[in-house]
Amino acid sequence: MSGQGGQDAKFFQRGKIQEFRAELQAAESKDKKFTKRKTVLKKIVANITMGNDMSPLFTDVIQCLGIPLLEIKKMVYLFLVCYGRSKADQIHLVIPSFLQDCNDRNPLVRALAIRTMSYIPIPVVTEALTEQLRHCLKDRDPYVRKTAAICVAKLYTADPRKAERGGFVEMLRDLMLDSNATVVSNAVAALSEIGDRQDGVIFKLNLTVANKLLTALGESSEWGQIYILDSLLRYVPERHEDAELMAERIIVQLQHANSAVVLTTIKVLLYLMNYMDNRRLMEYICKKMGPPLVTLLSSGPEVQYVALRNILLIIQRRPSVLKNDVKVFFCKYNDPIYVKLAKLEIMYRLAREENAKEVLAELQEYASEVDVDFVRKAVRSIGRLAIKVEPAADDCIQALLDLIETKVTYVVQEAVIVIKDIFRRYPGKYEGIIPTLCENLDSLDEPESKAAMIWIVGQFADRIDNADELMDDLTYTFMEESVEVQLALLTASVKLFIYKSQSDTSKALVHKVLKWVTEEVDNPDLRDRGFMYWRLLAINPAVAGEIVLAEKPAITTDADRMDRGALDQLLLHTGTLGSIYHKNPETFIRNAAGKALTDSPALNTLSRQVLVPVARNNLPPTAIRIPGPGPPEPPKPSAEPVRTNGSLMPVPTASSSNTDLIDVSASQEGGEEGDGEGEGEEEEYAAAPMGTVDPYANLDNAFEGYLADEPRPQTNNMLLQA
Amino acid sequence: MISAFFIFNQKGEVLISRLYRTDLKRSIADVFRIQVVSNSDVRSPIITLGSTSFFHVRVSNLYIVAVTKCNANAALVFEFCYRFIAIAKSYFGKIDEEAVKNNFVLIYELIDEINDFGYPQNSEIDTLKTYITTESVMSTSIAAEESSKITTQATGTTSWRRGDVKYKKNEAFVDVVETVNLSMSSKGTILRADVDGHIMMRAYLSGTPECKFGLNDKLVIDKSERGLSDAVELDDCRFHQCVRLNEFDSNRTISFIPPDGEFELMRYRSTSNVKLPLKIIPSVTELGTTQVQYVVTVKTNFNNKLSATNVVVRIPTPLNTTSVDCKVPNGKAKYVPAENVVVWKIPRIQGGQEITLSASAELTSTTHRQVWARPPIDVDFQVLMFTASGLIVRFLKVFEKSNYQSIKWVRYLTKASGSYQVRF
Repeated sequence: MSGQGGQDAKFFQRGKIQEFRAELQAAESKDKKFTKRKTVLKKIVANITMGNDMSPLFTDVIQCLGIPLLEIKKMVYLFLVCYGRSKADQIHLVIPSFLQDCNDRNPLVRALAIRTMSYIPIPVVTEALTEQLRHCLKDRDPYVRKTAAICVAKLYTADPRKAERGGFVEMLRDLMLDSNATVVSNAVAALSEIGDRQDGVIFKLNLTVANKLLTALGESSEWGQIYILDSLLRYVPERHEDAELMAERIIVQLQHANSAVVLTTIKVLLYLMNYMDNRRLMEYICKKMGPPLVTLLSSGPEVQYVALRNILLIIQRRPSVLKNDVKVFFCKYNDPIYVKLAKLEIMYRLAREENAKEVLAELQEYASEVDVDFVRKAVRSIGRLAIKVEPAADDCIQALLDLIETKVTYVVQEAVIVIKDIFRRYPGKYEGIIPTLCENLDSLDEPESKAAMIWIVGQFADRIDNADELMDDLTYTFMEESVEVQLALLTASVKLFIYKSQSDTSKALVHKVLKWVTEEVDNPDLRDRGFMYWRLLAINPAVAGEIVLAEKPAITTDADRMDRGALDQLLLHTGTLGSIYHKNPETFIRNAAGKALTDSPALNTLSRQVLVPVARNNLPPTAIRIPGPGPPEPPKPSAEPVRTNGSLMPVPTASSSNTDLIDVSASQEGGEEGDGEGEGEEEEYAAAPMGTVDPYANLDNAFEGYLADEPRPQTNNMLLQA
Repeated sequence: MISAFFIFNQKGEVLISRLYRTDLKRSIADVFRIQVVSNSDVRSPIITLGSTSFFHVRVSNLYIVAVTKCNANAALVFEFCYRFIAIAKSYFGKIDEEAVKNNFVLIYELIDEINDFGYPQNSEIDTLKTYITTESVMSTSIAAEESSKITTQATGTTSWRRGDVKYKKNEAFVDVVETVNLSMSSKGTILRADVDGHIMMRAYLSGTPECKFGLNDKLVIDKSERGLSDAVELDDCRFHQCVRLNEFDSNRTISFIPPDGEFELMRYRSTSNVKLPLKIIPSVTELGTTQVQYVVTVKTNFNNKLSATNVVVRIPTPLNTTSVDCKVPNGKAKYVPAENVVVWKIPRIQGGQEITLSASAELTSTTHRQVWARPPIDVDFQVLMFTASGLIVRFLKVFEKSNYQSIKWVRYLTKASGSYQVRF
C-alpha cells in the first residue's frame, strides 16, 4: 500500500479532445475491469492539470459515472468540480447520480457526493444539494456530518440568502453541540467563515458555548483545535475570572507539536490577558509563552519566519515573554535571508545594556556577510544600538569606524547614515570622527547617504576647516542630484554661510545655490525653501542663524515602538498574514474582516483607553463629512436596533432552541450594510470622543528607514499583467 | 482559508492544480511562475499581491504552493504544506517530480480528502491509508460496516490509530535523536549551544496499547527552581497529538495511545549544560595576499568506547583560491572549488582522540583586494549512544487489555548537520 505506487507519469502528455473522445468510446467495449477507461480518464485529468480545456468532453466523461469503481468515480467528480460551473445547461444530467450517491449505504460515498456537489455552485446543483444536506447534517455517521458542516459554508458562499432561509445556519449552530469533536470543530470553522463575511450573520460565543467548545478541544484533531481556538476570540469575557479560567484551560496547548496550534493558542492567551486582573497569572502566562515561541525556531524556515514576525509584535506588547533570550535569535550562517532579516530586528529590540556587547559582536560579524540587504541592515542596527543603549555607544562607533575602513561602498554609506543620527543623539561627543568621514566623501553615491554626509558637513561647518571647499565640490553636480540631496545642499550651504559669513567662498556658494533653487529648479519644495532662506538672510542674518542653527530635539528610539492600541489590535491577528506584514488585514485584503477588542466590564482600563475601532476601509464611500470647527459633535444615534456595547443580546431567530447560547442573527436586520459592519461602525462612534488619532501613524516608523526591506503586500498590478 | 493548492516543478510547470474556491482561476498559477519560479531572488516564502497571497515551500525539485485570498493563518498554511510533504513521502517513499507525476491521480484523491474548502481535515497517514489506496477499489465492494469503521476512526478521538492492529511480536523502538546547534566565535567563546531533540518511536504493538513514558527530565519553566543533579533541564517540549497534554501539565507524565508504526512522539529543546561532542580548534593565517594557512584540530569530547562517525568538516577558502594543499592523518581532505571549501571527511574518530589538518591555500593576486567574509567552519557528525543534553529514557511501559509482553528498544544518537559552526 505504501509502496512506490503508480506509474502514471506517462499520461502527462498533451492530447486532443477528439482523440480522448474516440478512446473513451472505443473503451466501452471489451473493458471488463474498466482499465481502458481508467487510462483515458487519467490522461484527461493530466490534461486538466496542464491547463488544457477538457470541458468539451463533458457528456463523454459523465458516461463513466455508472462504473462501480471508486477511483473512476473520483476522477469524474474531479472533472465535474473543474468544469461543472461552465456546463450549467448539461449539469442536470449528473444530478440523479449525485442523489443516488447521497443515499448510498457507504458513508464515505455519501460524504464524497455532497462534498463534490457543494463544489459546483450553480443553482441546479445547489437546489438538489440543499435537500440532501439537511439529511446529511443529521446523518448518523460523524464523517458525513463533519463534511456536511463545511458544505454549509460552501452553500453560504454560493447563495447566502438561500442558506439562511433554509435554516442551515441554525443547524450548524446545533452541530456545535455534537458529540463528535471533529464535527464540532468543522461546524465552528464554517460558522467562523460565515461570521467573517461582511454580509454574514454575527457569530459570537457566550461563556456556556465557549466552555463546551473547550471540552471538544482535547478530543479534536490538530486542525480542529485551531478552528476552535480561533473562535474563542469571538467570546468576550465579562469577568476577570472567566478570562483567567479559560487561559488556564488552554495553556497546555502550547506544548502541541503543530506550530499553528501553538501560535493560535498564543493569540487567544494574548487576547484574554486584556481582560485579566491577576498580575501573577499574567506573568506566569508570559513566562509560559516564551519557550514554545523559541521552539518554533527549530521548525522549517517558513514557520520560523512566521514565528519571528510574530515575536517581533509580541515582545513590543509583552516584553517579559522573551527578555532574556537574545542569543537564540543570533543568525545561523545558512539561515534563509528572510529569517536572517527578521531575526536582526528582534535582536535589536531585545538589546539592552547587559547584552549589548554580545549583540554588537554578532552585528559586526553579519556586516561582513555577502547579502547586501542583510549587511546594510546589520550596519544600520549597529548605529541604532548606539542610539538605544548609551553605554554601548563608544563600542558601536568604533565598530562603525572599522567598517568604514573596509571601503565597501554600501557599508560606508550605511555607516554614514547612522552616524548622522548618532551625532544628533550625543551632541558634542563624537564629532572628532568627522575627518574620517570626510575622507570617504567620494564613495557616497546614494541620495540618502549623500544627504546625511552633507548634513554633517553643514551642521559642523565650524569644526571642519575645509568645509567651504567640500561644499563647493559637492555642489558641483547640484543640478543632477536628487531632490533629497538638493534640499540637503541648500540647507548646508546656508549653515555654512552663517558659520563663515566672512568667507568669500561660502558667500558665493550660498548665492549660487539660492539662485539655482529659485530660478532654475522646478521642484516647488526646493524653491519655496530657497525663497524662505533668502528672505531670512536678507532681512536679518543674525536671527537667521538662530533659527537655522537652533538646538534640535534629541533623537530617541521611542518612535520605534508601535502604539499600544494599534498593537492590541494587531495581536488579534497573531499567526495570520496581518501579523507577517504588521498591518491590519482590512487595510490590504479586500473584504477581510477587521478585528477590535470589544469593551466589557472586564477589559482593563488602559486597553479601553487606547482601544482602536475597526477601520472601515471596505465600505463604499457614501458621503464625506467634514467636521466643522469647535468641539466634536456628539455621535448621531445609530439607525440600528440598540445593542448594549459588547454584551450579548440574544436575537431571536426562527425555530431555535439554543438562542440563549449563541448570538446568531440574520444579516438583513442591520439594514443594507449588514450587521458585521454595523457593529464596527457603532464601536467607532463609541470611541470617537476619546480622540481618534490615526492609530497607524506610527506603524511605518516601527523601524525607521528600514521600509525598503520590510515585508509588505504589493499592489496587484502584477496580477493584472498576468 | 486556502483557495488553491498547486505543485510546480523547477521549470514552473503545473503538476497538480486544485482550486478549492471559486474566487481564483487556474491562471493564478502563471502569476506564481512569474513571481517566484522565474525570479532568481525570492526573498520571502510568502508573497502578497493585492488580496492574493502565495505561500510556498520548496522540497527537492518542487514547489508546494498554497494560495489564499483572505487573512489566512500563515502557520496553518505552512503546516499543511509540510503535512502534505510528509504524507507524500510516506505514500510514495519520496517526494520529487517523478513521484508526483507517477501518482497524480492519487494525489488529487489525497488533497481532496485532507482539505475541504481550504480547511485542512484529518491528515493522519495511518488512517488515510485505510481508505485512500493505490489499489482499485470497487465502490460496491467496500462493505458499509467497513467504511463506518474508517469514518469513526477518521473523526474519532484517536484518529491516528486503527483499532484492529495485530502483531505476533509486540515491539517498540525509541530513537532519541539530538541535533546540536553550535555557534562559536573566533575567540573560542560559545555564542550559542543548544540541542533540538526529537524522540521518534516505532510502535509495533497490537490492539489499543496505553503507553507511559519517562525521562530524566525536569522541565524548567522557572529557571530559579533548580534541583536534582542528574535531571536534564529542558527548556521546552512539544508532543505528538496523541499525548495527553492535560496529564503532562498536571503531573509531568507522558501518556498516550501511539499511532501504529513510526511517528515523532516528542520534540524538545535544551540549552543548559550542553555537552559538545566535538571541539574544533582552527587557526587560520593569511600570509600576504597570496596564501592562507590552516591548522584545524578536531577533538572528541566523550568516552573512548564511543566514536563519532561520518564526520565532515567544511573549511571555507577565499574566493580567489587556485589550489589547496592538504595534509591529514585520518580521512580524506579535498578542495571543492565550486563551493569554495575544503571538505575533510573522517569516517570514524574514537572518543578522547584528537586529529589535525594542516593545509595551505594558494590565491591568485587580484587587482583590488576584496575582504574575505570568512564564513564559519561547519561540521557534520554522528555519535551513537550519546546525548548532548544528557537525556535518558527512564522507562516505557505498555498496558494493553490482553496483557501481552512487549519488547522495548532504546537508541540514542547525537548529530550535527549544517548548524555546528565555528568562526575563525
